[in-house]
Amino acid sequence: MTAVITTSGLTKRFGRVTAVDGVDLQVTEGARFGLLGPNGSGKTTLIRMLLGLVHPTAGSMQLLGHAMPRGAAEALPQVGALVENPAAWGHLSGRANLRLLDAAGRGGRVRDRKARVDDALDRVGLGGVDRRPVRAYSLGMRQRLGIAAALLRSPRLLLLDEPSNGLDPRGINEMRELFTELNAAGTTVVLSSHLLAEVEALCTRVGLMDAGRLVLDADLDALRAPTGFVLLRTPDSARAVALLDGRLDGAPVAGSGGDPELRVRHADPGALNAELVAAGVRVTALSAQRRSLEQVVFELTGAGSDRVERARTDAEPVGAPPR
Amino acid sequence: MIGVELRLMVRRRRVWLCWVLLCALPALIAVLLATTRLAPPPGRSGNFLSAVVTNGQLFPAAALALVLPVFLPITVAIVSGDAVAGEASSGVLRYLLVRPVGRLRLLTAKLISVAAYVLLAVLFVTVTSYIVGVAAFGFGPDASLGGGGGVASLSGVVLSPAELLLRTAATVGYLALCMLALGAVGLFFSTLTDSPLAAALGVLALVVTSAVLQPLDAANAIQPYLPTSHWLAWVDLYRDPILWDSVREGIGVQLGYVVVAFGAAWANFATKDITS
Repeated sequence: MTAVITTSGLTKRFGRVTAVDGVDLQVTEGARFGLLGPNGSGKTTLIRMLLGLVHPTAGSMQLLGHAMPRGAAEALPQVGALVENPAAWGHLSGRANLRLLDAAGRGGRVRDRKARVDDALDRVGLGGVDRRPVRAYSLGMRQRLGIAAALLRSPRLLLLDEPSNGLDPRGINEMRELFTELNAAGTTVVLSSHLLAEVEALCTRVGLMDAGRLVLDADLDALRAPTGFVLLRTPDSARAVALLDGRLDGAPVAGSGGDPELRVRHADPGALNAELVAAGVRVTALSAQRRSLEQVVFELTGAGSDRVERARTDAEPVGAPPR
Repeated sequence: MIGVELRLMVRRRRVWLCWVLLCALPALIAVLLATTRLAPPPGRSGNFLSAVVTNGQLFPAAALALVLPVFLPITVAIVSGDAVAGEASSGVLRYLLVRPVGRLRLLTAKLISVAAYVLLAVLFVTVTSYIVGVAAFGFGPDASLGGGGGVASLSGVVLSPAELLLRTAATVGYLALCMLALGAVGLFFSTLTDSPLAAALGVLALVVTSAVLQPLDAANAIQPYLPTSHWLAWVDLYRDPILWDSVREGIGVQLGYVVVAFGAAWANFATKDITS
């Protein structure tokens, strides 16, 4: 597997604030990579550095095999990006915006421009958009337009910062299907988000940033390994407690579904089920407990930089969130 | 990219508004003069204005003298100050840069679009004021007496319409260069900030500072290098024979401003962190 993104010791300081601190990251071709982290943890700055918008203070990086930012002219035509918010010339229509953006860079046949623009708009569900100026677009429409702009040149790598901003649940689902489809066709998808459910649903690998450092870089499946507990729901909780005495973790908890829930220390849900049923305990729900992404994230990260506590005597300087 | 910038410019309502207002001010004055026939005495008010009433063909020169000190610089400041800062604040700048558009290429395209703006602004003012002037004041008494529409130059010698056209064209070119120098400074300021307003006001501050220093004897040493010093040199183009000295000096200084300001803009923008 070739790497589409490689960084080593990547560091960016804005004055006294270290936004990104010695990040070593590798993303392989064809991956669906989710970049997580609290607000102000350096996700956006990292993405901006990868795109050559922000120049690193130290360290090096390669994008699609080209050293950045020097190789921007070779690497960037194969990258589609959404950085922070979508942006467009407000006085022009969405279609005119994409045409001008397409014309601004080199490459691509002029004759195919209309087809390229129409195709990108169709993909994000804006195919029927009229001549209204972008100024009049809703937040969701702007977001879709931004994603269309990223798709314009059929990129090998999609770098998307918060792609679900402003979209409704159906829109988020649509975009997830679009990204999965593009990924199946060979596009590497890297997205940053603080919506854990979105990352959990889409990504195969996650990187977790906290205070500028990459504190975790692992496959999602490995993170969500079984915890060795089984969650059990039964109306016969008293008999179950008697039967499983010593293997229970805590008392039965009244669940929202009506039946109380028990946490049993057991590696194999199937064997546990057989044992319970043999003893005449009715089982309404049974599943191996997995660590949720949320638990992993909370264990490894602190509060985001948008939470500003009253200063204590030895408080470390609280910087403005690096954008 | 140059084509994209030009297309963006002509589709901005603001740009058209600037052009229309620039043309409207001289037209308003023409109407007032034509209805009242009260020409200002020579030596007061704008250059040429006193001569206009007798010959409409001089009105373009009068119109340029009217918009030059304040209105033209204001619109140049607005348009050039917006060039980079406007797109930085809206966020389009980062999408252009990752498209990718090289930073030098982007800056060059912006300077060219500013140049196109000022050239068209001066040209529009000249053309509309010629039409308005001739319509309001006619070709002058010489025309009715069979003089062929000749115009008296500032030195008193009569210029033929063809010669006048040539001199007006030279004036348009010269003033466009003066305004481009200002535009290049605006472009530089525009790379320093994400606020188009701040960049535009910076340009106006420069114009005002220069205009304040210009008459001061204490500022004699730097006087030739002030941006506004040579703005009125084009008046010499209407003398016969033309006095080239101050025009030539003006061209040198204004070109210097373009080169230095664009160089500074490039030096700042080339390695700037785009965090907007």
